[in-house]
Amino acid sequence: MTVFAFYLFAALMIASGAFTIFARNPVHSVLWLILAFFNAAGLMIIVGAEFLAMLLVVVYVGAVAVLFLFVVMMLNIDFAEMRAGFMKNAPLGVAIAVILLAELVLGIGAYRAGALELGTPDGTAATLVGESNIESIGALLYGRYLFLFEVAGIILLVAMIGAIVLTHRGTTNPRGQQDIAKQNARRPEDATRNVRPEIGQGIEL
Amino acid sequence: MISETLMNWGMADGWAIFLGSLIGVLVIAFPLMLAVAIVIYCDRKIWASINLRRGPNVVGPFGILQSFADGLKVFLQETIIPSAANKGIFILAPIITFTVALLAWAVIPFDAGWVLADINVGLLYILAISSLSVYGVTMAGWASNSKYPFFSAMRAAAQMISYEVSIGFILVCVVLYAGTFNLSDIVEAQRGHGLGFINGYYFNLLLFPMWVMFFISSLAETQRVPFDLTEAESELVAGYQTEYSSMAFALFWLGEYANILLMCALNTLLFFGGWLPPVDWEPLYWVPGIFWFFAKTFFFFFMFSWVMATVPRYRYDQLMRLGWKVFLPISLLFVFLISGWLMLTRYDQPDYDCVPVSTTGTVATDDAVLCGPESVVQ
Repeated sequence: MTVFAFYLFAALMIASGAFTIFARNPVHSVLWLILAFFNAAGLMIIVGAEFLAMLLVVVYVGAVAVLFLFVVMMLNIDFAEMRAGFMKNAPLGVAIAVILLAELVLGIGAYRAGALELGTPDGTAATLVGESNIESIGALLYGRYLFLFEVAGIILLVAMIGAIVLTHRGTTNPRGQQDIAKQNARRPEDATRNVRPEIGQGIEL
Repeated sequence: MISETLMNWGMADGWAIFLGSLIGVLVIAFPLMLAVAIVIYCDRKIWASINLRRGPNVVGPFGILQSFADGLKVFLQETIIPSAANKGIFILAPIITFTVALLAWAVIPFDAGWVLADINVGLLYILAISSLSVYGVTMAGWASNSKYPFFSAMRAAAQMISYEVSIGFILVCVVLYAGTFNLSDIVEAQRGHGLGFINGYYFNLLLFPMWVMFFISSLAETQRVPFDLTEAESELVAGYQTEYSSMAFALFWLGEYANILLMCALNTLLFFGGWLPPVDWEPLYWVPGIFWFFAKTFFFFFMFSWVMATVPRYRYDQLMRLGWKVFLPISLLFVFLISGWLMLTRYDQPDYDCVPVSTTGTVATDDAVLCGPESVVQ
């Protein structure tokens, strides 16, 4: 059963990864990508990392991919132009692909030949006995790797603040700032008045 | 539970688990669909009586069969697919909405042990699944190839992401108090929580504001009034459902109500003690737990309808402001307060003495002591 599930998820993941690249429509690409994320989560559940699987779905599918979809949906896509651009950029793309492939081959080759020492699996990374993997991850993140974890958080915070500062550089808002408290404090008496105009006469504003 | 019975009948373990899960899925899905039909009827009745109208009263006694009549009507209609629509996604969208709405019910415990999948990341699973429901709406809006559905899709995506953030923090508060992600354990942790006899986290000064925010966020998450800007009739026709007809439309409808029921169930499970009776008093336990669960869930559903009948619709920028500028900071503050409070009261005890895992590269087997009462040593 597990083997069947593994091959199902793995095959679907590779297929949807391929479709992500080959799909003509960018929105379809994003949807295939989401399917790939799902299958990755399925694979993680098979190896017993259910916490990571859930986080993958929450973070990547629930937030990141939605933003992708958001942006891609807004694009006004001209397919003919895209295909022209494809031919123009093809040499560069092929070059990058070759470099990545070479790196992979070199890296795996070196590891296979024993030139790289990555450590052997000795069970130290396995979940602690009697603990769920949420607790194991928590103990590691907030125990041994507390400092690195906090630094990563601060780096992300800085990046976020940077993005906000960049987009909000011109502080003068041309449309004027909304003051919600002022809006809420506004009563009907301030904005309207009751008048009983004489027949045939208008209202003086 | 079902799998074990099948195993006792002499089935192979793998098949017993498979068949047991299948039966479990059917046992949850069919009553859920029935409940959705009843709940739509209740919704219309409650709404009508608050507006001093009669509501559905023609089909069957008190109009109770109205939902089924509607379902039959919709079932017999023709499915119209606009010629300019993106066909595949157009058809896929309602299916996804509906499936996702059912998926989350797998981890909901109806009574002690009455749960299809008692996984220890139950709450995260629900968060993950509910973050998917935005896709059905977004895909529907985009694939319809029409202006108003597209606006609606944009609104829905932004709204659901925004409120998911604060819902996430609120759930973290509950998880901190309960010390687990498993929904059954969260319910058990609420036994006698308030003053030693009230079952539920709502009776807690730190968690009550969280419940209020959770309730409002769940209105926003399910796009109910006053946050139903994705299908605001006066602005967007019918929102993302505009181009849909027949069964596809019905699937959206069913999915939406299944989601609403799910949110009511979550309110019940996380803050009001799930299947536990309201107070920790022996005779009340004679009533089966499932009764308490459904009574509480329908009470919250009544509150949803009540809000729907009485509160006017929000403006979109105010909706965003409420999510990001009010709920997010407050929920963050409460995560801080609650973890501080728990540090002071619960985890400062001697048996919670935390020894950090050794900082030298390898995990030392002897001094790798984890925080927790049982302090597991390998």
